[in-house]
Amino acid sequence: MIATLEQPRRTAMVSPQHVVASLEGVNKNYGDVRALRGVDFAVRAGEVVALLGPNGAGKTTAVKLLLGLLQPTAGKARVFGGDPTNPENRMLTGAMLQVGRVPETLRVREHIDLFSSYYENPMPLAEVLAAAGLEKLTDRKFGDLSGGQRQRVLFALAICGNPDLLFLDEPTVGLDVEARRTLWDEIRRMVDRGKTVLLTTHYLQEADALADRVAVINQGEIIAQGTPAEIKAKTAGKRIRCITSLSLDFVRQIPGVTGVKEDREAIEIHGVEAEPIVRELLARDARLAGLEVTSAGLEEAFLALTQDNGQNGNQFN
Amino acid sequence: MSPEEIHMSTAIMSLTNQRIERSPGHTATIYLKEARYEFLKNLRLRMYTASVLSFPIMFYVLFGLVLNAKESLAGTRVPTYLIATYGTFGVMGASLFGTAAGLASDRGLGWLQVKRASPMPPFAYFVAKVITSMIFSTIIVLALFTLGIVLGGVRMPVAEFAKLLGTLTVGALPFSAMGLALGYFTGPNSAPATINLIYLPMSFCSGLWVPFMFLPKIVRQIALALPPYHLSQLALGIVGAGRNESNATHWEVLAAFTMICLGVARIGFQRDQEKMYG
Repeated sequence: MIATLEQPRRTAMVSPQHVVASLEGVNKNYGDVRALRGVDFAVRAGEVVALLGPNGAGKTTAVKLLLGLLQPTAGKARVFGGDPTNPENRMLTGAMLQVGRVPETLRVREHIDLFSSYYENPMPLAEVLAAAGLEKLTDRKFGDLSGGQRQRVLFALAICGNPDLLFLDEPTVGLDVEARRTLWDEIRRMVDRGKTVLLTTHYLQEADALADRVAVINQGEIIAQGTPAEIKAKTAGKRIRCITSLSLDFVRQIPGVTGVKEDREAIEIHGVEAEPIVRELLARDARLAGLEVTSAGLEEAFLALTQDNGQNGNQFN
Repeated sequence: MSPEEIHMSTAIMSLTNQRIERSPGHTATIYLKEARYEFLKNLRLRMYTASVLSFPIMFYVLFGLVLNAKESLAGTRVPTYLIATYGTFGVMGASLFGTAAGLASDRGLGWLQVKRASPMPPFAYFVAKVITSMIFSTIIVLALFTLGIVLGGVRMPVAEFAKLLGTLTVGALPFSAMGLALGYFTGPNSAPATINLIYLPMSFCSGLWVPFMFLPKIVRQIALALPPYHLSQLALGIVGAGRNESNATHWEVLAAFTMICLGVARIGFQRDQEKMYG
């Protein structure tokens, strides 16, 4: 079964601070596709919240609703207590979205200069360049930049207006480890300046490194919320591998099992604790062989959380 | 306050909140920067400058200066006549490619969403594209003039020159409007091909390549319905090679065409909006 966490102790974490962005009972359909289903979700001032989920889970839809680029089919999206389409709100927010093509013939400095001009009190260019690690690339054309450098320019455009609230949609997607860590440092620096951040990611590690609070989203539903530690505690279970004649359906219903999949001649089981599951397996199948028990890694734990009740097996990696 | 009153006042608030209060100076700065960077972006885009700037100039040099420089058409020397027609051709290309190709790509590949998520005044984006098209139109016409004066012995009074330049530059408006409409109904990959599919036959049928009087009769009849024909006739009228039709009619056709294209662009804009807001 999917692990459902109790509401995290938000009030203890971020004392009586107010909600700056929220989705309240939001459904979003694209034709027949239900991208979001009954999503309740809030970001409080000064928090870093990560929306964690696999591709297609509805993360980008949630961000676009909060940016006023989409309207919910049902429910309400609010930013600073008002409608996200309110242009005044856009003065207080910055956004990093996934873009197919950015004008390639403009220089880094020119892109930042233009976006800064939209805002009332933008950050000075030198500060933006430093915060995004672009000092040496100021005069480079966007088309001549590497993937990591391009992400940093998009990050610079999100922060240049000195907004209070930052939306970062998959800020490190497609980056190598080093570029990802550089961008993490840059995001942390923004957090140190008191910004509120909502970021989406499909790396638990990234959510762990940056966020105060994580909301796990899968197939349009929020299936768990909590601090990174809580999410990890709830998910970081054990992985059991064995060769057995027991059916997958049977194994799936053993208490404590969070996921089952076939792995060549064997089956792989994810569970919170290994001992009760192993006891049950051995009791039911005397010929069980090749038993291995290991600790599940972070990504596997996340997989266990988001697995659709085992029905679709291991569909993401 | 009754619930209705509260509801009313929220509605009014959300209406009045639709615009960001900025000083006129700040707004002007945004529009200027948007236009400046749109111009620089296209200027550095070899795809754009190579096709849009070089084709009319190349054609003019070849057919107006190298081949037929001593000939006359409709009582006007060929180098002068062709400034009007290749000028129209250049204005049309600069405007269509400048607006449609960029808009289709920005819409289709997510860049427009990044801009819309920012506090950019939405209108600034479109105005920048139109202004850029007008600047490139002016550059093309000035290049043709320079070549004509230096190499083709073109001479005309300054007032006539100013009138021709002004007419052709204003002529960028209907084609920019057409470009906006096309940009809303084509994708990032199909836009350039679609533009060529409209631009090249329209240019031919309007007498921009082969002088109008040499076109087959049926084509000449089609031309009457085509906006580039009307712009080129306005330009030819200034250099004394027009067909003595009413200038008012030419302007009216161009104005009506502009309005229709803006209407279509508006439908596209709203369709996009509903796709986003729907």
